[in-house]
Amino acid sequence: MTRIGLEIHCQLTKLASKLFCSCKAEYRNLEPNSNICPVCAGLPGSLPMLNKKAVEKAAMISLALGCKIPEKIGFFRKNYFYPDLPKNFQITQYNAYGPTSIGSDGKMEIEGKEIRIRRIQLEEDPGRLVYEGTSEKTMITLVDYNRAGTPLVEIVTEPDFETPKQVRVFLNVLADLVENIGVSDPYLEGAMRVDGNISEGDGNRVEIKNVGSFSDVEKALHFEITRQQSLVERGITVLAETRHWDEARRITVSSRSKEEEQDYRYLPEADIPIVLIGNQSIEQIKTQMPESIVARKERYITKYGMPAQVATVLSSDKFYSDLFDKSHNEKNAKEVSNIITTDLMGFADTREKKLELKITPKHISDLADSILANKLTRNSGKLALQEMVKTGKALVDVISSLDLGHVSDAGSIEKIIDEVFKEEEKAVAEAKQNPDTINYLVGKVMRKTKGKADPATTLDILRKKLSS
Amino acid sequence: MNLGISATEFVSQAKEGAISVEEFVAQTLERIKKTDEKIHAFITVDSQNALEKAKAIDKKIKSKEKTGICFGMPISIKDNICTAGLKTTCASKMLENFVAPYDATVTARLKSEDAIIVGKVNLDEFAMGSTTEFSYFGATKNPWNAEYVPGGSSGGSGASVAALECLASLGSDTGGSVRSPASFCSVVGLKPTYGLISRYGLVSYANSIEQVGPVAKTVEDVAFLLNIISGHDTHDNTTANNAHVDYTKDLKSGISGKKIGIISQMIGDGIDKDVASATTSAVSKLQDLGAECIPISLDAVEHSVAAYYTIASAEASSNLSRYDNLRYGFDFSTEGYEFKAFVSKARSHFGPEVTRRMLLGAFVLSAGYYGKYYLKAQKVRTMIKAQLDEAFKKVDYLISPTMPILPFKIGEKIDDPLKLYLTDINTVTANLSGIPAISVPFSMSSSGLPIGIQLFANSFKEKELLQAAHALQETTTLPEMSQ
Repeated sequence: MTRIGLEIHCQLTKLASKLFCSCKAEYRNLEPNSNICPVCAGLPGSLPMLNKKAVEKAAMISLALGCKIPEKIGFFRKNYFYPDLPKNFQITQYNAYGPTSIGSDGKMEIEGKEIRIRRIQLEEDPGRLVYEGTSEKTMITLVDYNRAGTPLVEIVTEPDFETPKQVRVFLNVLADLVENIGVSDPYLEGAMRVDGNISEGDGNRVEIKNVGSFSDVEKALHFEITRQQSLVERGITVLAETRHWDEARRITVSSRSKEEEQDYRYLPEADIPIVLIGNQSIEQIKTQMPESIVARKERYITKYGMPAQVATVLSSDKFYSDLFDKSHNEKNAKEVSNIITTDLMGFADTREKKLELKITPKHISDLADSILANKLTRNSGKLALQEMVKTGKALVDVISSLDLGHVSDAGSIEKIIDEVFKEEEKAVAEAKQNPDTINYLVGKVMRKTKGKADPATTLDILRKKLSS
Repeated sequence: MNLGISATEFVSQAKEGAISVEEFVAQTLERIKKTDEKIHAFITVDSQNALEKAKAIDKKIKSKEKTGICFGMPISIKDNICTAGLKTTCASKMLENFVAPYDATVTARLKSEDAIIVGKVNLDEFAMGSTTEFSYFGATKNPWNAEYVPGGSSGGSGASVAALECLASLGSDTGGSVRSPASFCSVVGLKPTYGLISRYGLVSYANSIEQVGPVAKTVEDVAFLLNIISGHDTHDNTTANNAHVDYTKDLKSGISGKKIGIISQMIGDGIDKDVASATTSAVSKLQDLGAECIPISLDAVEHSVAAYYTIASAEASSNLSRYDNLRYGFDFSTEGYEFKAFVSKARSHFGPEVTRRMLLGAFVLSAGYYGKYYLKAQKVRTMIKAQLDEAFKKVDYLISPTMPILPFKIGEKIDDPLKLYLTDINTVTANLSGIPAISVPFSMSSSGLPIGIQLFANSFKEKELLQAAHALQETTTLPEMSQ
């Protein structure tokens, strides 16, 4: 049997400042070493000041994953020498001398399977190493400390996964979850990083590190399972080791460093006094947490009668479900959900595209109302939406500038049908013989009206004329 | 001009324009030039800046502009407390050229009250030692007899105040580092309650037990400095709010009717006979003032030195890991080194005492030994705290000699770390428990060497502690340093 466990590092990207100082938590796209201060650069004499908001956000993750939160939490120093670590120790949490990390003993269900969460801990991200040079001789290592001290939550699962597919599903659900509770944007580069450990039967545990994306995690695990199984088949013992995912060659490679043997000499961090959390603050944090994805889906189904598929898609995407919640009213909810899930999500399926959308809740609700009032066909509605998304113009302006208004009065439609009858004598004759070909004529009318003619009225008049 | 006046006397004279700040500072600098050749209290002297500041303050006083309450008082600062623009070396080659880009909170508070920093003073490397012999820049000598050690690790602070090279100094006290030099140099030194003073900008050695502490000629001076540097700091999570207590107020309340416990474990075996008789004499003088003195036994004290060196070394091994010479330090090219080789080569430049403690600390924290040493030491700490809590139910103060022995000769104990460690027996208790303790100069031995008496009070009882220290100070007549 295959057993897989995960260690997921998730940055709290929604915080304004780092874990122990007031430098920005968002370090991306800045001049190297410009987002640092004496504290996150670890200068002599500097002291860490705990960001209380980070504790709250980490507590939210713990609650969302059903973890226990202890009365008191504490911090430890993990000592090791590495150039990306300004103090040569990392301030983190550690449970070996009693549970003092922000969460422990949680669980999450995916596809009917329960994945146990061993612990959740709050810690600081190290800096970033940048390698330059082409050959071993010219190679230099540069260090950028802009990231050092960014608040990071480590989520450690029990080895409860049996397949890489389960891991992938879990990671997607987890990403949606942290995004939904507003603690992290998991799609930012490096915001969510995953290490896996994997063993076959009673065999040794192999750790896989350096995996860049969720889909690569799945691939790396697949590769590793196959590798271990073929070793077992040939009677070769799987070594307990750390392997790195080689993205270019799509294989895992043994990393020669003996990280397992490292002694981190954990020590309580006396510069940060024990933080009392207590039931009262947990209750308060609970009130600040948004509706969970599961509860939201349930609400969509029971209150608006949305099909389960639509409710799932909508509720797990924070951006679109927020837009839905702000745009709909009792009458147009179903139409709004249609517009969002069938048209809008198609226009903007990536983070970048979502950010570019110039759409407001008013756009969506106006659009739904116009369609429901029969002032706009669904086809024209889609065109209007496309324009609003690009320009941010109001619906009325878009309708007039693109001339999308509905043509539903029988007089105007009849005039157009007369024109079509003149141009399409052969088709008219055919339709008189065979009523099934009538759609060709409907199409012609639609083309002439640019899709604005009401399909039902058009069909009605056509039938009358053909039978007369 | 009398450089022997106290800091508070200086303030009252400068405030009224009775003395020129510039002249006083100039003479102080002159004195440093002359005296420091012999005692070597200073690592860095900041003459030009000090004189410019003094001029500016004189101008402010003359034009009746608002002036900070130090009125240009010349002070020295231990070289492990950050001063923006002025080197902070920690008396180590590892920080030989380190200039902090920021002021420690205590430095900033003194500067904003118009204190003038004349220079940075010597210490045992990274404050590890009790004699100031373990400095990369060479030992500091006792101003009362230059063949003797000044105590440590804040030896530069004690010596510079005693030698009239400044009016007051800031030291740091991890296991007695303010009180030991105060005792050996015949000045007053306070180790405040853990959390009373911000440690922001104090280079960490053992961060769970150390505090910045004022060193000065009189108890009044110490109270005056404490008013400025104490209190909550938004840069230090471990500071407490002392609600702006005025430590100078009611300083002369006396100790009539108070109860004082004499700690049995601190006057027993190994104590110098002159120190013992000075202690007896101090007790009887306090009794004369109306205090009731009773013996108190704190048997956990017997384990205090072992617990102290375990905890302090463990924390030191972690606190000093950042000195890898990659971001700051001394000139040393990385050319030809792998990361680990470079770091271990760079770190071989720590001095012997620092190396000893880092190794000891790394050992007691390593897997399998944590429970055996570090946790056990923490238990001793809890025990000491519990015994002190019990004691303070019965008495207001505790008393002991600050140091069990007289100042000894330079070089005498440098090769015997264990003997040196044992001289901390009377001081480490205050650090392990967090309570405040003060060393008050009491008398001179038959050989002409200073003896200090230590008083303890319960946590955050500095005001009461200073009252008792003042009462004891008033019973003494001590020789003046020759000018």
